[in-house]
Amino acid sequence: MTVKLVLIGLFTGICNGLFGSGGGTILVPGMVFVMGLKEHKAHATAIMVILPLTILSTIVYYRSSYIDWPTTLRVVSGGIAGSLIGAKLLNRIPASVLRKAFGIFMIITAVRMVF
Amino acid sequence: MGIGGGVLLIPALIIFAGSRQHIAQSINLISFIPVAAVALIIHYRKNNLHTGYSPVLIIAGLAGALIGSVFAVRLPSDILSKLFGIFLFFMGTVEIFCKKEPE
Repeated sequence: MTVKLVLIGLFTGICNGLFGSGGGTILVPGMVFVMGLKEHKAHATAIMVILPLTILSTIVYYRSSYIDWPTTLRVVSGGIAGSLIGAKLLNRIPASVLRKAFGIFMIITAVRMVF
Repeated sequence: MGIGGGVLLIPALIIFAGSRQHIAQSINLISFIPVAAVALIIHYRKNNLHTGYSPVLIIAGLAGALIGSVFAVRLPSDILSKLFGIFLFFMGTVEIFCKKEPE
């Protein structure tokens, strides 16, 4: 069990640091399958685990001057407003439709970024 | 709906705001911090946090985060961009084909 936890933690951290995102995508299923946590508890616990990792990664990016404060501030304020609107709007669209739409968007973007 | 904001925010910043890969990633990291802090307080009050395995996950995760981010800041922007694209492709595929709706 401990070995699996270390591997999940390590892999989550590496993705979170390397790509600046995606930690939860690995950690949540990891906790559901390996630890047998319920999905909503796994989501909540994942935030607790990823928050310190994000702070550490941010420090490394900061020390390499990879920070754009004006854009970051705009994104944070827009993000808070967006999440309030999104929480109300998204409930009207079926989750399965949203998932497929996001998935297609991600794949198209991925192809554009690689080639 | 539990989809990571970063996989949408990072490409959007690059395409629409012209941010470089590293900058887009740091913006996503930083903007996660206040949102996560608020969410954490709410989850703590609702008693949703599972603390048993968390210390091991956090310690291993911190080691991984250090490896990943030190590696990232040393990579050239175009290489990191391509790696991110491959990562995004897998995430998108999982989103379409593997996720099941909760009953």
